[in-house]
Amino acid sequence: MNLLPPARRHLISIGDLDRAGIERILETAEGFESVMRRDLKKVPTLRGRTVVNVFYESSTRTSSSFELAAKRLSADTVALRASGSSTEKGESLKDTIQTISAYAPDVIVIRHPLVGAPAIAARHTDAHVVNAGDGTHQHPTQCLLDLHTIRRARGTVEGLHVAIVGDIMHSRVARSNIIGFRTMGARVTLVGPPALIPRGIEALGVEVSHEIGAISAADVVYVLRMQRERMQEGANYVPSLREYAALWGVTAARVRPDQMVMHPGPVNRGVEISSEVADSASSRIVDQVRAGLVVRMAVLYDLLTDPTGHDARGALRAVPAGLEVA
Amino acid sequence: MSERLFRAPASPADLLIRGARLVDPGVGVDGQRLDVRVRSGRIAEIGAPGLPADGADAIDAEGLTMLPGLVDPHVHLRTPGDEDEEDVESGSRAAAAGGFAAILAMPNTDPVVDCRPVLESLISTARSSAVVAVGFFAAISRGQRGAELVDMADLADCGAAGFSDDGHPVERAGLMRRALPYSRVTGLRLTLHEEDPSLTRGGQMHEGAVSAGLGLHGWPSIGESVMIGRDVQIARYEGVGLHICHVSAAESVAELRRARDLGVEITAEVTPHHLCLTDEAVRGLDPNTKMNPPLRAETDRAALIEALADGAISCVATDHAPHRADEKEQPFQQAPFGVIGLETAFPAVYTHLVEPGLVALETVVERMTAGPAAAFGLVPPRLAVGAPADLALWDLAAAFEVRPPYHSRSHNSCFAGSLLRGVCMLTVAGGAVAHRAVRAVAG
Repeated sequence: MNLLPPARRHLISIGDLDRAGIERILETAEGFESVMRRDLKKVPTLRGRTVVNVFYESSTRTSSSFELAAKRLSADTVALRASGSSTEKGESLKDTIQTISAYAPDVIVIRHPLVGAPAIAARHTDAHVVNAGDGTHQHPTQCLLDLHTIRRARGTVEGLHVAIVGDIMHSRVARSNIIGFRTMGARVTLVGPPALIPRGIEALGVEVSHEIGAISAADVVYVLRMQRERMQEGANYVPSLREYAALWGVTAARVRPDQMVMHPGPVNRGVEISSEVADSASSRIVDQVRAGLVVRMAVLYDLLTDPTGHDARGALRAVPAGLEVA
Repeated sequence: MSERLFRAPASPADLLIRGARLVDPGVGVDGQRLDVRVRSGRIAEIGAPGLPADGADAIDAEGLTMLPGLVDPHVHLRTPGDEDEEDVESGSRAAAAGGFAAILAMPNTDPVVDCRPVLESLISTARSSAVVAVGFFAAISRGQRGAELVDMADLADCGAAGFSDDGHPVERAGLMRRALPYSRVTGLRLTLHEEDPSLTRGGQMHEGAVSAGLGLHGWPSIGESVMIGRDVQIARYEGVGLHICHVSAAESVAELRRARDLGVEITAEVTPHHLCLTDEAVRGLDPNTKMNPPLRAETDRAALIEALADGAISCVATDHAPHRADEKEQPFQQAPFGVIGLETAFPAVYTHLVEPGLVALETVVERMTAGPAAAFGLVPPRLAVGAPADLALWDLAAAFEVRPPYHSRSHNSCFAGSLLRGVCMLTVAGGAVAHRAVRAVAG
């Protein structure tokens, strides 16, 4: 018998999960869907656990859904925002993480504007670290909720063709989704202006096109926002938003009703996507937000229980209420 | 070695080093077992094993390899201004522990070494605390701001080893066009950090498949090579030689070869980390894999190794760049560029290039001694009777794990945690013992 405690698991990149791991989390999320249909939407699964949300970057969807996910599982939650906390007094990330860790949290959910912040956090805490987005690097729970949304709409991701359109360069969502979609057996084509598709990205097993017409072959059109806040001033990625919209904007004329349209939000209507498309029957944008809750519940559940049957502290894995009726 | 290198006075060694295998392509020894007598800090006698001790400290060097003391033409000693990261004493001790007899320090300090008082103060510090010979580059432009030239002749007269704005490129071609021919007035060479900021702005790592996957802004190889191309053209036009710092890209090697073909007198250096590692090492986002220029692709590494082997690159230089631990504990994107390298330079190159048979030991020794010495007009360390004792004894059979404690004041090594072969047992620099290992490490 192995007496060593199991290695702490983190979710920093979607690449931390293999296909079986992704499927396990998606199955758990599917189980939690039934909890969402109940009158009382709370289960006792993570009672006594503590989840700390540390957000160094503004967020609406992600922070609220992580907080609600933890609460629906009966965990205690603390939310820390960079503004108004000691980070504004010059405290380093390492010190902030060590300070939080003094309360012995089970999970630290971190969003940070800089690539590599969750990796640093994981070095300085005994908690499981969940990356809720680090700069232009990764956003693994967004990928999982997108996979959940596609599975619910189409039954499977295997064999689908997904076109990701827009600012790939500055998108952590694109990076997580490329890896996640490929792992689950989808074909992925990236579409956008040359400067916004990073050199070398083909190594991730994707096709690249600079023509918007390439989206017509896709089952799923995944639209990304122009991340102006991450662009360097004067870098001239595209001449103007007007020209971008004209050449790469996803408009009704460019998608068919049988194509599924997704967007991680926030949406810039009239730039990367027209209102007509965003509000159409093809659009799954609201489903994506909704999926965020059950998927983040599933991630917290998965990290705090060992998929082999024992949780990280040696207790027998409890069957989450809700799963038995799924 | 000359009046451009400075060190603290130390008692000249009297040693008899017995039975080491000597390797110095400069004098044509390639592994012969010989006894070496050092008397009053000079190599007094080299002979077949069995020389009498004659009262000298006898060192049993059976199984060890003696190399000339190494010369590093590119280190950062962080003084003045950041002595919590390094200073002349700690940096020169790290150099001695890495088998170096001489190092040349870059002027991107606070304040910048751009006028006589700062340089004089450094020289005086070296004269009181350096355990190996230390030379100091002065800046090319005042404050390294790329606008006005420093008083180059005055600084040369004061004892500068050469000129560099390292840490920054000389962005304006017009200033480079004035600096290059003026360097000839001083008799000293410019050593150039080549980077076009309009191509590398925001760059965090090599632009390629790994940066695309990580979402880090790319620092493309052409950001280096286009600037080398520009400066080669200026140097050719003005008829002046030049030295290129820390070459990292295959495109840059092509520029160096083209410059040679055009008859430009050009020398260049490559770091151990660019010779041994690639951008794959960055995948874990460890800030100790972040440096400028960045670790590049395997094809770049192959081009650098080929250039080192055939002489298109004539120097290995560490670009030893100490940083405080708290700075390197920041997220990758925020952490400063740079890694330490003095204590691991030869072992890394030996382990990754010599042992696998990519470059001959004699070639590496030449590129780490005579090559850099020639580029900067220094007397090369030689294992020859009559020469000052600049030598190091290596146990090339022993391996060590790279980890603290280091002799350097900083710990930001990109080789941390890895096993390297080649333990420096003894360094004699300028005739005095500068480093002596307590014991050999088994390996």
